[in-house]
Parts: sequence; structure tokens; C-alpha cells
Amino acid sequence: MTLLEQKGEASAHLPVEHHQGPTGYYRWLSSTDHKVIGKNYMYTSLVFMLIAGLMAMLIRTQLASPNSTFVSQQTYNELFTIHGSMMLYLFAGPFAFGGFANYLIPLQIGAPDMAFPRLNALSYWLYLTGGITMLLGFFTASGAAAFGWVGYAPLSSSTNSPGAGPDLWIVSIALVGFSGIFTGVNLVTTIFYLRAPGMTMFRMPIFTWNMLVTGLLILIAFPVLTAALIMLYADRHFGTHVYSVKGGGSPVLWQNLFWFFGHPEVYILALPFFGMVSEIFPVFSKKPIFGYKGLVFATLAIAGLSTGVWAHHMFTTGTVLLPFFSALSLLIAVPTGIKIFTWIGTMWGGQLDFKAPLTWAVGFIVAFTMGGITGVFLASPPIDFATHDTYFVVAHFHQVLFGTTIFAGFAGFFFWFPKLTGRMYREKLAKLQFWLVFIGFNLTFLPQYLLGLRGMPRRIAVYATTDHFTFLNRLSTAGAYLTAIGFVVFLVNMWVSWRSPIKAPDNPWDGHALEWATSSPPPSHNFHKVPPIRSNRPTWDMNHPEHADGRVMTAAELSREVLD
Amino acid sequence: MKFEHKLYLGLGVFFAVIVAIYWFWSGESGGSTLILASALLGLVPGAYLGWWAMRMKPRPEDLEDPTSEESTGVVGAFPTYTIWPFVMGMGAFMIGLAMVFGSWTLVIGFAFAISAAISVTLESKRGGAV
Repeated sequence: MTLLEQKGEASAHLPVEHHQGPTGYYRWLSSTDHKVIGKNYMYTSLVFMLIAGLMAMLIRTQLASPNSTFVSQQTYNELFTIHGSMMLYLFAGPFAFGGFANYLIPLQIGAPDMAFPRLNALSYWLYLTGGITMLLGFFTASGAAAFGWVGYAPLSSSTNSPGAGPDLWIVSIALVGFSGIFTGVNLVTTIFYLRAPGMTMFRMPIFTWNMLVTGLLILIAFPVLTAALIMLYADRHFGTHVYSVKGGGSPVLWQNLFWFFGHPEVYILALPFFGMVSEIFPVFSKKPIFGYKGLVFATLAIAGLSTGVWAHHMFTTGTVLLPFFSALSLLIAVPTGIKIFTWIGTMWGGQLDFKAPLTWAVGFIVAFTMGGITGVFLASPPIDFATHDTYFVVAHFHQVLFGTTIFAGFAGFFFWFPKLTGRMYREKLAKLQFWLVFIGFNLTFLPQYLLGLRGMPRRIAVYATTDHFTFLNRLSTAGAYLTAIGFVVFLVNMWVSWRSPIKAPDNPWDGHALEWATSSPPPSHNFHKVPPIRSNRPTWDMNHPEHADGRVMTAAELSREVLD
Repeated sequence: MKFEHKLYLGLGVFFAVIVAIYWFWSGESGGSTLILASALLGLVPGAYLGWWAMRMKPRPEDLEDPTSEESTGVVGAFPTYTIWPFVMGMGAFMIGLAMVFGSWTLVIGFAFAISAAISVTLESKRGGAV
């Protein structure tokens, strides 16, 4: 008898079972099922992404012509601040570690739920209310926060940014920060303590591994941000001088604290998506993953190095140790390169099936590699001094973050859509969306590199005709509109699969990991019976016993091989 | 459990090495404190997990080939529906708004949060599906 069958018997006498639970809205408000919470996170974050995307459209429309008066300069500042804040705090992270991780981790390790279901529900409500708090800024008399998503001191002080908008921004990110910390605790505990029998650490899917490391990074980074925000609030309201020179404080301290959160945050955003494509490449190449342990240790190396590189955002402050931060930043390219190598190695010689998930995942490699390589440029202080705060940097981080969260994110979304909903998406619409977004994305951001090299500063609402930025900005705006059309196609795809559903089989892709061994969508406690786990592809082994993965190693052998 | 212990400890040792290099090279105290805290975040739970790993038999999930006998047991009790996390979330929201608008929402916020904290504790004490 498996643990889970036993669990079913143990809870049989308890008063309320899932299928007897409340109905309607009350069911949605009170559910602690990780699948319901995961889907809530995913759909909420997609809505936030679309709102922030609309803001990006307004920004690009303003920049399409010189001396534009489409929006006021104050509104422009508010738009780019909330666009960045929503994309980073409310979409990219929560979409991955709130949405995908919540939904998939218990399924992938054969657990009935997350370790702390109530805490999980609280995380979601803090996230949702935090998001609403941020948007409330637009409805206040002084407008939303307008100091950029990084909230640099002293611009964010009560003298330079008075009003309720900046305070709402601070409270919002504190709420979302607590939500993230709770999710991090939940992820690490679930992965350490709720794995099914036989699911050793080195049999976990790469996505689960990446989420474990993301959870650890959240625990390192998020508390620093929350503490920094509380001190900022104290500076604004209680007359402390933590970040103001006047009272003996230091504005650069804010940058140190913020980027000690901010740089690991980039990897908190990226690692889950690396995990998603690591699940997709083997399935659509009909091969096991190439270099499993290499991927795991590359992930750990990225996590370790990412906490020692925060000051590469601060090269031009003149207060940081340039060789140390430059060297560590350059080093990160090594484990990242290993990952790209293993993804290509997985596809190499495989029977590639270019369904939408693989197409999006290949698009991710292209986009992310371009953004990553310009990151290597920027890790070199002389280049950073020349391009700091120009559109070169804007193009770099959009290629990295858009490349990761949208391309890998939609690869994952289409890959697991049948499992989430029990329905199939429309393949042609998903491909059409890919090409619109891929062309639009490159058309938007490649010209921005040139704009940056020609000296266009970031965060300006207006430029003059004599600056000669017009043509490249027009190209960039055209690309942004093309991308927006791509997202309309996505909404049409979702509408069609909602109104005229095509039922999805339990395992439409011949998947490898445990989530494909249960029904689509899974039952309340995930599995009626967990298949035996004797490799890192248990579902594949169950469906293809003739090609099951090799010899079973003992725990002692494995840990000796890995650690010595 | 042994590998979980080594994972935390490994991260802790890595950060300890980094903080030593960074401190002696730069002498900057803010960043050094943060990396030192990260090192402790690896070392303290790492030591705790190691302490347990020494006292425990390998769990079924640590075994390469667990027998069905080793795989039996109760995983735990998981609540299915409870309204209190939602109430606590709304309480936190109200308290957050009070920090900006300084208004009566603070009273409602604390009422929500405290009642939810008490209720969720009683609920957990009762155990099982609630």
C-alpha cells in the first residue's frame, strides 16, 4: 500500500472531504487546494501582465514621435514605474513560483498538497490585495508612484515624492513580499518533506529542483527588501534618516539593500522558467534530459553567485568594489552557458516535434541568449560606464526578462494547459501568437540597443527632432504593437477553448514526470495511485517498460558519485 | 535527509568563503553583513537537518528502491476548505491601507487579523479536514 492510499483511508472518517465542500464563490474563497490556489495565481498574474502591457503600449505610443504630448511627463513617470513594478513584482515572479510551482510541485513529487495549505491560501490573498493596493495609486490625488520600480533614495523621500501614491507602492510591495516569503517557506518544506517513496532528490524533475533553489533564493532576498521598505516608510513618516544624508544616513544604502534583493530577484524570476523549458525539451525531443546533474549543479551555482553580484547595478556610484562584482557577474555566464548547452544537447539527435510548447521554448533560447550576452558586456565596468542608464540597458533587461517570462512562460503554459484545464488549446493560434510575439519582440528591443549606443537616456518622456532618435523609436513602437496583437490572439485562443472545448487526454505529450500519471485535471488529492518511482522519468517508465531508464543505483552509491 | 543537510551546508560554506573574501578586500560593512546573514541561513538549518539526519533512518523518499512495507504510513492531515486565510488576508490589506490613509480601517484590519489568527489556530488544533 502506498503512503497516499493510506492517507486516503486515514482521512476517510474526517467530517468534510473535498467533493463535499462548499460551492460557488465561497468554495473559491475558502479553498486550500494547491491546484485552485495555483490557478488563481496564474490567472491573476496574467491579468496583471496584460494591464502592465497596456501601460507599455502607452509608453511606446508616447515615444513614437519627437516632442510628443500624448501623455504628460508626470503620467509618463507613473506609467513606467507601475509598468516595471507590476511586471516584476506582480507578474513574473508570482506567475512562476505562485502559479506554476504551486500547481506542479506536489504533482511532480507525488504529494497530496503543499506542506502548509492555509499559509498557501494566505500567500495568494496577500498577493492579490498587494496588487490591488499598487493599482489604487492611480486613483489618488497625487497619482501613483513615479520614481521607477527601484524606488531610489532620495527621489523616494517624502520631500521629493509626497502623497499617498508612493506609500501605496511601499505597502503593496511589502504585502507581496510577505506573500513571496510564505511561498518560499512552503516550497522548500514541501520538497524536503512530502516527496513520494522512491522520489530521491536526484530523481526530482528539473522544474522541482529549480523551484527548490528559487525557494532558497526567496528566503535570502525577500526579507531584505521588506526590511528596506519598512525603513523607507519610517524615513517618510517617522522622521528617521536611514537614507538621507541630512541626518547621517546614506542614500547608497538603499541601493545596496535594494539590489541585494534585486539581483537574486532576477534569478528568482528566471530559474522557474529555466525549469519549465527543461521539462519541455526532453518530452518534445523524445529523449531523456541531457546532463541532469549538470543542470542541477548549474542551478545551484547560479543561486550562489547571484547573491554576490548585486553591486554591478551600482558601478557608476563610485562606491563599490569593481573587480569583485565584475568577476562574479562574468562567472555567472558559465553555469548559464552550461544550461543552454544541455538544452541544445537534449534536442540534438532527438525526434523533434514542433508543437507550440517546443516552438516557444526554442524562441526562449534565442531571446534569452541575446539578452544574456549583452549582460556579459554590461558586467564589464568600462562598457557599463558608457551605457549606464541608456536604452542599451533597457533593451538588455527586457530581452532577458521578456525572453524568459514570456517565451518560456508561454511554453510552460501551453505545455501544462491540458493538465490545468482538461482541455486542449488551439495549436494554430498558439503558433500564430508565437510568430507575432517573436517578431514583435525583436523589432521592439533590437533598435533599443542602437538607441542606447547613440546616447538615448532611459526614463525620458520627450526627445527632440535633432536627437535623431525618431526612426529607431518608430520601429520599436511598431514592434510593440505587433506584440500586442500577439496577445490578442492569445485571448482569442483562451476564449475559443473556453467556449468550444476539446477534451484533453491525461497524457497528451507522452510526458515524463509524475504529473502526467494522473488525470487531467487531477483529482482533489492529486493521485489515486502513485506509480513506482525508480528513475527521474516515472511516467515514461510506466508507459514504456521496454525502454525504462537504466539500472537503479543505491542511495549510498548515488550520494558518493554526486558529492565526492 | 542527508542530502538536504549537505545542500544547505554547502550554500552556507559558499557564502562564508565569499564573505571572507569580500570583507577583507572591500571592508564594506553593509554588503558583508548581508552575505554573512546568507551564510547563517545556510549553516543554521543545515546543522539542524544534519542533527536529525544522524538520528533518523533514511525515509522512504530517501531510498532508491523502497519496499512497499517501507512506503506505508500517514503523510499528514491536509485541510480542504477554510475561510480564515482569506479573512487574515483582508485584515492585512486593511492594515496596509491604514498605513497610507491613517483611517478607521486599522480597527477592522486588526479585528479581522486577530480573529483569523485565533480561529486558524483552533482549527489546526482540531486537525484534519476542516
